[in-house]
Amino acid sequence: MNEPTTGRGAPVLEVSDLNVTFRGGVKAVRGVSYRLDRGEILGIVGESGSGKSVTSLAVMGLLPEGAEISGSVKLHGRELIGAPEGELTRLRGKSIGMIFQDPLSAFTPVYTIGDQIAEAVRVHQKVGRDVAAERAVELLDLVGIPHPDERAKAFPHQFSGGMRQRAMIAMAIANDPDVLICDEPTTALDVTIQAQVLEVLKTAQRETGASIIMITHDLGVVAGLADRVLVMYAGKPVELGTVDEIYYRPRQPYTMGLLASIPRMDRPTERLIPIEGNPPSPAALPPGCPFAPRCPLKADACDDAEPELERIGTGGRMAACIRAHEIDLKDLRGADVYPVPEPPAGAVERGPREERETVLALDGLVRHYPLMKGAVFKRQVGTVHAVDGISFDVREGETLALVGESGCGKTTTLQQIMQLQAPQGGTVVVLGKDSAKLAKAERKALRRDLQIVFQDPMAALDSRMPVGDILAEPLRAHGHRDGKAVRSRVAELLTLVGLAPEHAERYPQHFSGGQRQRIGIARALALEPKLIVLDEPVSALDVSIQAGVINLLEDLKDRLGLSYLFVAHDLSVVRHIADRVAVMYLGKIAEIGEVDEVYGRPAHPYTRALLSAIPLPDPELERSRTRILLEGDLPSPADPPSGCRFRTRCPKRARLGAEEARRCAEEEPAVIRLAPAADHGAACHYPEDPEDPEGAGGPEDPEDTEAVAAPRP
Amino acid sequence: MRSKLVLKRMLRNPQARYGLLALALLLLLAYIGPLFGPHDWTEKDFLAFMEPPSGDHWWGTTQIGQDVYAVTLRGMQKSIIIGFLVALVSTGLAALVGATAGYLGGWADRALMWVTDLLLVLPSFLIIAIISPRLKGGSWLWFVVLLAVFSWMITSRMVRSMTLSLREREFVLAARYMGIPAWKIILRHVVPNISSLLIIDATLNVSAAIIGEAALSFFGFGIQPPDVSLGTLIADGSAKAIGYPWLFAFPAGLLVLLVLSVNLVGDGLRDALDPGSNQ
Repeated sequence: MNEPTTGRGAPVLEVSDLNVTFRGGVKAVRGVSYRLDRGEILGIVGESGSGKSVTSLAVMGLLPEGAEISGSVKLHGRELIGAPEGELTRLRGKSIGMIFQDPLSAFTPVYTIGDQIAEAVRVHQKVGRDVAAERAVELLDLVGIPHPDERAKAFPHQFSGGMRQRAMIAMAIANDPDVLICDEPTTALDVTIQAQVLEVLKTAQRETGASIIMITHDLGVVAGLADRVLVMYAGKPVELGTVDEIYYRPRQPYTMGLLASIPRMDRPTERLIPIEGNPPSPAALPPGCPFAPRCPLKADACDDAEPELERIGTGGRMAACIRAHEIDLKDLRGADVYPVPEPPAGAVERGPREERETVLALDGLVRHYPLMKGAVFKRQVGTVHAVDGISFDVREGETLALVGESGCGKTTTLQQIMQLQAPQGGTVVVLGKDSAKLAKAERKALRRDLQIVFQDPMAALDSRMPVGDILAEPLRAHGHRDGKAVRSRVAELLTLVGLAPEHAERYPQHFSGGQRQRIGIARALALEPKLIVLDEPVSALDVSIQAGVINLLEDLKDRLGLSYLFVAHDLSVVRHIADRVAVMYLGKIAEIGEVDEVYGRPAHPYTRALLSAIPLPDPELERSRTRILLEGDLPSPADPPSGCRFRTRCPKRARLGAEEARRCAEEEPAVIRLAPAADHGAACHYPEDPEDPEGAGGPEDPEDTEAVAAPRP
Repeated sequence: MRSKLVLKRMLRNPQARYGLLALALLLLLAYIGPLFGPHDWTEKDFLAFMEPPSGDHWWGTTQIGQDVYAVTLRGMQKSIIIGFLVALVSTGLAALVGATAGYLGGWADRALMWVTDLLLVLPSFLIIAIISPRLKGGSWLWFVVLLAVFSWMITSRMVRSMTLSLREREFVLAARYMGIPAWKIILRHVVPNISSLLIIDATLNVSAAIIGEAALSFFGFGIQPPDVSLGTLIADGSAKAIGYPWLFAFPAGLLVLLVLSVNLVGDGLRDALDPGSNQ
């Protein structure tokens, strides 16, 4: 690839025409070329199966046996492909560091974190045991682990996910590598922890001057971090350019579609723009351009040959599309090219919220789990406060989103609702019926109206049943005995969710993730329910597929008059789909209200931090934004802080006087309506002024707190 | 689709291939073989006692003039039927008890597991030895029941622990939230999803049951005369194994071949059904 040299000298890493073929002729990577300059951060973006991880494993020489690799990978001009294993082992961890997605499996459980980092140091440097141990503590300090000298003696399972990922970074930079390969380093983490880890990564890069290859599917993460971006599709790079070029002037239809399909937290749109179809299987690539079957700009010539990366305009800009020059000339955007789906017809105008029927009401719901110890004689040593008194209601035809980080009690809340049993404390009222007072037959009848869609479309469908049987199961369970009627209902359901009736014959594993999620939705719709609980329905899907499923959910809601309880951790999706949102923290509701109110004028410090932690797919905004970084991790729900549960991490508390701060520690705040007119409440003694136009006035602005800090009567 | 794949994977394994072939041949021999033999198994040839193999009596005769070929094949039929029936009953029992205990949890789980543990600590051989002579005159099916009752416990514990993890899977939750009764969930969602374990277990149980039957019959506790099984034949022949080897060698050899081929098939099935095995 003849990319212009940027004048910063020779590249640190140069990959040219890299191909990886697995046994059975599966071409996972086809002709990847890029160069990485000193201190540069290159983002590699693509959906699952696009070959982005395989590329980096090939660079490290870590592919399993049986994979054929061709092409060239040069580190400081030295060829790595075909190099003897001994030489690669010396380079790995020394010149190239790697950070994996799952930090738990990257550490050996039987050695302490400090020992493992020290070992990484001693493998590549001739230093004594004590020097290495000191260096390990230094590194842990560098990545922001509090009390590094003590924590170095802890075992991996004693670290939280975010801490482990920090330790992983510490280990990766232990030998001042020249290249750091990060494979989805924050995907398994919560947003506030993700924000912390990304900061650490930036620090690590500053300290070591390493170049970083950042592999991710999250366009927001790349926007704030990378200098240049490489977009991959079906094992092939389809576009390469600086981060601004890729985000503001994409020239390849796939990149354009990808950017257009992301729900935006900062500017909500009416309809999301999905990319139709699915990525091709690497074992059966279409002739010509692999994206052609999904491309709205497809011409006849697209099927003839696969386009190579070609220079667009001046500079290092490259795109693989025969119409890229045309796109460049007309300056087309994703929204211009891709058809915007029609809004659903026949949406019923509903009356004001107060007049509508309440389909679900929770009042002071409590769920505690006993913490047991001992094998033979079990005794209770504590209580996990999973859900600790939450109240909300869902009215007919509305979507309430329940958001929060892992461990905040969202899933427990769902289970309590779905079980339709008497809760430990408080009440669950579904369609006017109290779950505690249901007879067995009533409970079963109520299940018709209350359905659930699960997160993982793979696990939610029994792989041993054909789709037709899966959809017929709820029908048969509720008394539809007539085989013909059931079959026609199944066909109707499949059509409703955008699949074909003949799909009933196939098994779930023959479908892609998005299609499987549609089957899950069809099953939930089978009995014409009134309320559907959606448990992270799109978080396991790729962005381009996700948009289609969200649109489907919106259509169905309007057409069938459904109400949704939508549980999610992705705040951008929530902003798009929800009418109201409830933010949970450690088993309590921190803030609840209309979406525009909560997102536009967040009153609880936690909501503010959460909103500011979300990376936006907009490089310029990302650069200008100041983040509210929360300290530390979520406290254990077995031992929640007294008073306000957020006080241990609250950025606002530092700015309160001693007297005011004491109130946070002693008195538990209840959800208080902020303004009589607005549907917006927060559980904070000192909420941010909702009228404050500067929504994210964080700790960097000490002025604005004075007015709010006055204790309320 | 899946069963085809499993069959393909299994046939790629040479051991399983030979096991399957041998098993098929043995079954053919046991059921088709007697049709071609010159004598019936109940026939007694008073002109030939303890004759070595010859043209008329292919595998020789016993001391009361029975044709060893006919009698051995008859015994093998019985052994095979008992083996398969015991395997079917014990695996079915294991699946039902294990899945029910694991799925329902609570007191049902405790009660069922208590029974399982109790049966595990009982000396099964001794109990069968004590009970089976009392069933003399009754059907040999009682013997099947006895063998099955003492061979399902370990599988059942395995099934239970697999059910415990299946119970939390989302498709089971989905079924429960749909209002489907527990027994239907167990039969329709839990048991089919542990079917690979059950298939392997049933196959290996066949050989265990055949050996168990042979051992009990050898000591006279199993199949009672005049009926024969491989076990009783081996017991009869063992005393004269040196002088009249055909009395012992044919039933014993067939028993070894039968168990070996079933085990090969079982191992092949396990490799074929386990996606983690590398073939």
